[in-house]
Amino acid sequence: MLSLFENPRLRGGIHAEEHKVETSGVPIAQGMPLPKRLYIPVQQHVGKPAEPLVKVGEKVLKGQLLAYSQGTISAPVHAPSSGLIADVLDYPAPHPSALPIRTIVIETDGLDEWVPLQIPVDPFELQPEEICMRVGAAGVVGLGGAVFPSAVKLDLGRKNQIHTLLINAGECEPYLTCDDRLMQERAADIVTGIRLMLRGMNAPAAIIGIEDNKQEAYDAMTVACAAYPEITVRQVPTRYPMGWDRQMLRYLTGWEIPADGRATDIGVVIHNVATAYAVFKAVCLAQPLISRVVTVSGGAVGKPQNVEVLIGSLMTEVLAYCDTDKAAISRLIMGGPMMGDALPRADVPVVKACNGILALAAEEIETPDVKPCIRCSTCVGACPVGLLPLEMASRIKANQLDAAVDLGLKDCINCGTCSYVCPSNIPLVHYFKYASGELYKRQQMEHKSEQTKRLVDDRNQRMERIRLQQEEEARKAAEARAERQRQQEAAKAAAAAAKATEATKVTEESL
Amino acid sequence: MSIKPVSGPHVIAVRRVDEIMGLVIIALVPATAWGLLLFGFPALYLCSATIGSALLFEAMCLKMKGVEAAPFLRDRSAILTGLLVAMTLPPWAPWWIGVAGSAIAIVLGKQVYGGLGQNLFNPAMLARVALLISFPIEMTTWVNVNPLFFGPGPIDSLAITFGNAGADAVTGATTLGAVKTGFSNHLTLPGSLSDYNGFLSFIGWERGSFGETSSLLVLGGGLWLLYKRVIQWHGPVALLASIALLSTVFHWIDSSHYLGPWAHLNSGAIMLLAFFIATDYVTSPNTPAGQMLFGAGCGILIFIIRTWGGYPEGSGFAILLMNATTPLIDHYVRPRIYGRYRNGRPIDISQS
Repeated sequence: MLSLFENPRLRGGIHAEEHKVETSGVPIAQGMPLPKRLYIPVQQHVGKPAEPLVKVGEKVLKGQLLAYSQGTISAPVHAPSSGLIADVLDYPAPHPSALPIRTIVIETDGLDEWVPLQIPVDPFELQPEEICMRVGAAGVVGLGGAVFPSAVKLDLGRKNQIHTLLINAGECEPYLTCDDRLMQERAADIVTGIRLMLRGMNAPAAIIGIEDNKQEAYDAMTVACAAYPEITVRQVPTRYPMGWDRQMLRYLTGWEIPADGRATDIGVVIHNVATAYAVFKAVCLAQPLISRVVTVSGGAVGKPQNVEVLIGSLMTEVLAYCDTDKAAISRLIMGGPMMGDALPRADVPVVKACNGILALAAEEIETPDVKPCIRCSTCVGACPVGLLPLEMASRIKANQLDAAVDLGLKDCINCGTCSYVCPSNIPLVHYFKYASGELYKRQQMEHKSEQTKRLVDDRNQRMERIRLQQEEEARKAAEARAERQRQQEAAKAAAAAAKATEATKVTEESL
Repeated sequence: MSIKPVSGPHVIAVRRVDEIMGLVIIALVPATAWGLLLFGFPALYLCSATIGSALLFEAMCLKMKGVEAAPFLRDRSAILTGLLVAMTLPPWAPWWIGVAGSAIAIVLGKQVYGGLGQNLFNPAMLARVALLISFPIEMTTWVNVNPLFFGPGPIDSLAITFGNAGADAVTGATTLGAVKTGFSNHLTLPGSLSDYNGFLSFIGWERGSFGETSSLLVLGGGLWLLYKRVIQWHGPVALLASIALLSTVFHWIDSSHYLGPWAHLNSGAIMLLAFFIATDYVTSPNTPAGQMLFGAGCGILIFIIRTWGGYPEGSGFAILLMNATTPLIDHYVRPRIYGRYRNGRPIDISQS
């Protein structure tokens, strides 16, 4: 009944149990002891992995470049502390597969000594290109979880006539409060970061969207933005997945991004609020992205709180710092409980993408048995995209992937809302991830067979060309031979004729 | 530390299938209790026979399928079906009517399609229509109001439900039945409805099916389900509105031939249909727009059958016909996907 009076710009979504109070009132802890070893993967962003440029045994200083970005979409990584390069090896990644990736290991020396930093006198005197360059060189990536290199986005914004910068401070995932705390404690720096982003893109205005369950953060940001009329702070309803940037954009402005396009197509660039803070640090303090605020929470954690963690610290150490009962962990998650990844092991490093480490106890993740679908269509009402999850799942179950694609499988954002509300506990989003994987595999296969076909075609063409060439040569040779023969015969005939004339002459003379 | 990797979401909402079924049953309790109060022990026996046999048939079918029955029986859907069947029966109907109803509902209406969530037609309505066609006398013998402790006692009632003593009771016609019979005797509406009282009809002090007489209590249960967000408003509102609209227009044209909206909305199974049958998850469309279409279709069909058809009450037929169109509605009525037009094409940049 209530849906009658709801904002038509707001579709679907859920209000999950928040679990935010455990950490939202506790200041960000900065006293975590320096780990003996730091594990820094060279791939912590979307795009190409960075290329290591340090050797084993080399001494590095805090903030020194460890691996440089290669390709257009990439980001460099830096040393989070000073010490010796102990190893460059393949180490398990913080990923459900725990597959090893190239990782630089630093043996810290405890001095935490910075490289000389080139701090600008007035960052707002810098040219826009210079700002973007500094952001790129500092290895700043989207800290909301998508980890897209921020400088690439800013450059794209500058080239595309942006009219609005949307700062996503929704933080809609339950448990997570790292953005909340950051806004409460460092609002002024975040606003400086936002102003630098605006300058970097030559954009006129910014909107900050904050869920209305973060009143303190909203107040702090409003105060910090008071002097800058180009930045507006707005509250949005607390409704997962409000942090889906397209949902927030539609709610705040009514604009919708075309399904086949991106935000820049309609003149908008969207950045996470923690990214803005990283931009501030990169430009104003010349500090690369070597640490981030991480929410450590869950039933197994004794002291749930937000911790400023050096990139490369092992999660075991972070959990230990927060008094976690190892035996009580029944699921370890990187990120939020809705879209985060369950990790098979805890001795993996904290990376730039890691906004939360949740050590959930058994009672928090109890999962009843899967029952048959009763077509209650709760999932249809909850889907923020406007899909029919139950129909898609039944098609996928029947192995009709194309039918699922027709229903909009490719528009699914895997937010998990449908699985969350399903009264039969059907793992709907799992079906969609599986189907997307299958489609990708199929595409790869098609690509491969196409490539093979092209190779075969190329070879056939080449053979044909060679054959034609050979024929042509043979024909030419034959012609030449014939010509030669003709000439020889002609010469013979001429000689014979000359002989005959001579003979006649002789005869005449002899008469 | 060994942790099993799984895919998200890692937390889930608490409302499960059995809880939803339980809420619907609770919503039906007031109307059921009113029916028991009004029609006494025979109604209680009939209700027990229907629910008991529904559970029995469910268990039998599951056993034949080779599935463990207990978890499915615990989901309360069979109890709900049995209760709904009972509510649509004449309160003093013999036990075998109830058992046959449950058999039709559970075996033919649900399990032959593959069980919970697979059926095309609403099981309870299928049972009602099949019984109405097969046993027209038993299904239209309406007993007068015979309140509990004023009517036959528990022992005598056994004879009514399980013996064959039902014929002794004082019977009469329902409102809709009276109208239909009146027309065949060339009476006009006021003539055949001389003893009709709109208020009594609304609170449910009248003849009729065991669970349907009190529009007020059924409506209350339905509104509570809405409040609990078990059902959505689109289907019920469309159904009630379409009947109200049609009956108002025709009543205004010729009040001697067409019942007014108040009588229509209070009679027969309208309220039960609107809030408990047309909102059946399995057999109604998935989208709000589809549900409105579905509800409006039901309303129009009910009005047509009641007014010009051969049966006094059209709810059962209307719902079955609309059930058959549900897959079609679901195919054509879909939500608009973010960033796309309704036809699936991505929106133009200038439009956004």
